[in-house]
Amino acid sequence: MSKIHYREWGIPSPTYWGILIFLGLFIAAAGVSVLYMEHMGHWVTGMTNQIVWGTPHVFAVFLIVAASGALNVASIGSVFGKKVYKPLAPLSGLLAITLLVGGLLVLVLDLGRPDRLIVAMTTYNFKSIFAWNIYLYTGFMVIVATYLFTMMERKANVYTKPMGFLAFVWRLALTTGTGSIFGFLVARQAYDAAVMAPMFIVMSFSFGLAFYILMVMFMYNLDGRPVGDGLLNRLKNLLGVFVAGVLYFTLAYHLTNLYVTENHGVEAFILLNGGVYTTVFWMGEVIIGGLLPLAIIFHPGLSQSRCWIAAACLLVLLGGLSKVFVIIIGGQAFPMSIFPGMTIVEGSVFDAVNGQPFSYAPSLPEVLLGLGGIAMAIAATLVGVRMLKFLPVSLADEAVDPHYSAKP
Amino acid sequence: MTSTLHRLVKVVSLALLVGLGATAIAETDAPAGKAVEGSAKANALKSCVRPTDWMRRNHMELIEHQRDLTVRQGVRVQKDSLANCIDCHARHDDKGQPVPVTAKGEFCQGCHGFVAAKPSCFQCHSTVPSSADTAQR
Amino acid sequence: MSKSKGQTDMDRRTFMGLTVGAAATLVAPGVFLHSIAQAGDREQPVTDKVRWGMLVDTSKCANGCSACVDACKTENGLSNHGRPATDPTWIRKVKVRDNFTGRETNLPLMCQHCEFPPCVDVCPTGASFKRADGIVMVDRHVCIGCRYCMMACPYKARSFIHEDIEIKPTNAPRGKGCVESCNLCVHRLDNGQAMTACAEACAKAGHNALVFGDLKDPNSPVSQALKQLPSRQIRADLQLSTGVRYSGI
Repeated sequence: MSKIHYREWGIPSPTYWGILIFLGLFIAAAGVSVLYMEHMGHWVTGMTNQIVWGTPHVFAVFLIVAASGALNVASIGSVFGKKVYKPLAPLSGLLAITLLVGGLLVLVLDLGRPDRLIVAMTTYNFKSIFAWNIYLYTGFMVIVATYLFTMMERKANVYTKPMGFLAFVWRLALTTGTGSIFGFLVARQAYDAAVMAPMFIVMSFSFGLAFYILMVMFMYNLDGRPVGDGLLNRLKNLLGVFVAGVLYFTLAYHLTNLYVTENHGVEAFILLNGGVYTTVFWMGEVIIGGLLPLAIIFHPGLSQSRCWIAAACLLVLLGGLSKVFVIIIGGQAFPMSIFPGMTIVEGSVFDAVNGQPFSYAPSLPEVLLGLGGIAMAIAATLVGVRMLKFLPVSLADEAVDPHYSAKP
Repeated sequence: MTSTLHRLVKVVSLALLVGLGATAIAETDAPAGKAVEGSAKANALKSCVRPTDWMRRNHMELIEHQRDLTVRQGVRVQKDSLANCIDCHARHDDKGQPVPVTAKGEFCQGCHGFVAAKPSCFQCHSTVPSSADTAQR
Repeated sequence: MSKSKGQTDMDRRTFMGLTVGAAATLVAPGVFLHSIAQAGDREQPVTDKVRWGMLVDTSKCANGCSACVDACKTENGLSNHGRPATDPTWIRKVKVRDNFTGRETNLPLMCQHCEFPPCVDVCPTGASFKRADGIVMVDRHVCIGCRYCMMACPYKARSFIHEDIEIKPTNAPRGKGCVESCNLCVHRLDNGQAMTACAEACAKAGHNALVFGDLKDPNSPVSQALKQLPSRQIRADLQLSTGVRYSGI
C-alpha cells in the first residue's frame, strides 16, 4: 500500500456547474417556499394545531441523524484504527457537516419566528433537550471541522486520533439528544420511550453510511476514479449490519410497547389500522428500508453489482425517511390519551372524537423545503470536494487496503 | 403584512442605519415633532414620562425593561407601559377614530420610517388605544 | 351512575344545600366573587403566596353550552379565520364517555396550569414559563415558534398562531408565529379582578360550573369547593399537580 494522495474533484466545469445549477433549483424552490410560508403563516402548510411537526421536521431529523452517521467512516478509521477506512475519513467529516447544515436549515426555516434565531442562540432553558441540542449541533460542527483540519494538515496529524475520539463521543451525544427530543415526551404514547435514543444512534449509522456510499460512488464514477471492489464490499457489509440493527431496535421498541396494555392502542394504530402510517411502516420502514436492502446486500449475486449496491443504499435512505415519517407524524396522528378509559364523543378539532386519528396532508412548500435541505447538503459537499483535497485519487483496493493481495 | 424578506432587509438596514439614525434624531426633531401635534393626548402635555430628549434616545429601554417585568412578574406600571404610549400618542381623525401609531407619518412610524427601523412591537401589540380596540372587536 | 343527567344535578345540589354552609360561594355569581378576591397590585411583582387555580364541577357543566369558550374568544380576541384546524383555541368543550359504564360527562378543557409543566421543561428558550402565582404562559417576546411545547403538553392546550392577526387587543397581545394558550386571564388578575372570563360567563349563564380563585387561600371559593367536592386531575398519573381540577369524572 502506497501513500494516499488526495486531489480536488476534477470533473469538467460544465458538468460541475450543471450539477450545481440543478441542485440550486431545488434550493431556490425551498427558499421561495420559506418566504411563502413565513409571509402567509403556517396555515398554508399541511401542519395544524394537531400535527404540529410536519414534513420539514421529517427531512430535518432525517438529515441530522444521517449527519452524525456519516462521520462513522472517519471514526472507524481514527478511533478503531482500521487503516482501510482512513483514506475515506476526510469526506466522511465533510459530509457530516454538510448534512447537518442541510438539516438545521430546514429545521430553522420552519420555525414560526425564524427571524428570532438569535434568541434561540442567546436565551437558553437548560432543562430542554432542544437547548442542549443547539450546543450539540454547533459543537459538532466545530469539532468535526477541527478534526478535518487535523486530518488534512500534516503538522496536525498527531492530533487526529484524540480529535477523532472527541468527535465520536460527541456524535453519540448528538444523536442521543436528537432521539431524546421524542423520548422525553411523556404525554404521547408513541414517544416517551428511552429506547428512542439508542434507536436513533443505530438509525444514524445506517442512514449516514448509505448516504456516504452513494456520494462516493457518484463522485468517483463521474470523475473516473477507481473504487475497489474489496472496499465497497466492506462498506456494504457494514451497512447490512446497521440495517439489521435498525430492524432489531424497531422490533424491540414495538415488542416492549405491545407488552404494556396502555400502549396497545398506539401499536394497533402503527401496525394494523393506522391507514397511511401502517402502510408506510410496513412498506417503507420494514420492507423498503429493511428487508429489501438486506436481501440485496447479502445476496451472493446481486451484492456483486454496483448498481444493486447503490439501489440498496437508496432503499435504505427511502426507508429512513419512512421511519422518521412514521415516528414524527404517525406519533402525532395517533390521538394521545387525555382521558384514559374514556372516549371523547364530542369535542373540538383538538380532540380525537371517537378515537379518530388526526389527519395530515403534506403541502408542496413543506416538501420543497425538505428537498431543498437535501440539495443544500449535497451541493455544499460537492463544492467542498471541488475546492479542497477531500477525495483520495484512488480508492482501488491495492491503493487503500493494507491487507490487499491480488487474487490468484 | 411584511414578508420575512422585508423583515430581513429591515434588520440589515437597522444594523447599518442605527448609528446614522441616532444622529439624525439628535439633530432634527422634524419627524417626531409633527407626529405629536394634533389630537393626540400627548399634545396637551408638557413632556413625556421622562424628559423629551431622553425619551427620543431611550424610549425602547423603558419599554423593553417593563416588557419583561410585565410578562414575567405581572408588574404593570401604567406610566411606562407600551399601552400608555399608544394611549397618549395615538391621534384621532376627524371622525374621532384613533389612527394607528404605525400609519404613515404617525408617532411611531414618523421616526422609525425615517431611520428604516421597523419596531417589532406591533407584530403583536395593538396600535390604537385600548378603549378603541375593544370597540373594534 | 345510570341516572339521567338532570337527576344527578338535582341530587348534588340538594346535598350541597343541606350540608355545606358555604354553598353560597359556589353558586354565587361572578360579581360576588370579585369582592372577596385578592386584589393584585399593578405595580408589585406577583408572589408565590398566591396560586391561581380552578375547579370544574362537571355535574354543572351543561350539555351543548359554550359560554366559556365564547367568552374566552371575546376576552382575548381569538380571531377565527374559518379554518378550524389552524384557528387558535384556548378553551374547548369536550364530552367524554366512560368506556365501561357509558356515563357521559361534559367539561371544558384548557391549560391545566401544572405545577410541573412539561411545556416549560421542553421550551428551548424559556419562553414557556410559570409565573410565581402559578400561571403557565408564553413570553412571546422570546418564543421562536418551534412548537415543542405543543408536542409536550398532555392536554393539547396550546395553539400555534398560523396567520396574521388583524385586531390585536391591548389586553392580549398576539402575533403570527408564536405559541399561546390560556393564561387564566392574567390581565384581569394583575388588575385586581380575580375572575376569569370563562368562569364569569359560566356563572352568568347560570351554571356556575367553574370556580376560580386562589388555591393557597383556604377561604377562597375554589379552596372551599375543593374541600367539599371529590376532585381529580386529568392525567393524574403524570403527577404534574395541575392548577385546574375536575369533579365528577
